[in-house]
Amino acid sequence: MTAPRLKDPRARSGRLRPGAEQWSWRFMRITGPLLLVLILTHLFINLLTGDGVSQIDFAFVAGKWASPLWQVWDLVMLVLAMLHGGNGMRLLVNDYATGRRMRTTLHSLLGFSVIGIIVLGALVIFTFDPCPAGADASLLPSFCEGVA
Amino acid sequence: MWMWVVHRVTGVAIFFFLLVHVLDTSLVRVSPEAYNEIIGSYKTPIYGLVEAGLVAAILLHAFNGLRIIAVDHSTWALRHQKQLVWAVWIIFVVLMVPFLIRHLGHVFGAA
Repeated sequence: MTAPRLKDPRARSGRLRPGAEQWSWRFMRITGPLLLVLILTHLFINLLTGDGVSQIDFAFVAGKWASPLWQVWDLVMLVLAMLHGGNGMRLLVNDYATGRRMRTTLHSLLGFSVIGIIVLGALVIFTFDPCPAGADASLLPSFCEGVA
Repeated sequence: MWMWVVHRVTGVAIFFFLLVHVLDTSLVRVSPEAYNEIIGSYKTPIYGLVEAGLVAAILLHAFNGLRIIAVDHSTWALRHQKQLVWAVWIIFVVLMVPFLIRHLGHVFGAA
């Protein structure tokens, strides 16, 4: 079954890039299933294995990020989730924010938050120090013994 | 129609949680004490229930998202989209029940 072809509108939408919304649509459908795998695994490891939420502390995070697998995992999850969520919020702004000024304000706020959170998260993952000097040794992962 | 509402509401909730979650995780860069103090609040009963709600939102959004993709790409799915809504809720319950048993066990100290 194919949908009936619509006639081209007489007036152009005014968008500079005509295919942009189709790319947004594709992006959501590609990143959605990827995020499903990334996030459900993240939840399973952090909340269901071991002692679940009770096990999460600085040493737990340090132990995970000692492995490049989890560094890359968390980075990919961060970037895709923020872009997927940010694009979803953009669609909601388009639907519900009626005033032009309100829309511009919300879109810029959204853009800044998405970029800000991605940059912050990426910096945290890759500048993370699992054995900070002078920290209470009992709070650090066991592999810090002998490092400091 | 209702699944459309569910998808939007869960999507917004997950987005705002994500902002907070990246900020709280960033405290690992401040000090182990700062991070442990904030993450400690995640382990309280009230926050434990909020987390359960968050996981519920993620599961609904995830599997309803798969249903939307299926309906967009296959006419079989389009014809059976009502049954697929049921499938989303069944998968949701099947995953949520064992999760709740284990997670609430951790939060309330039983397991």
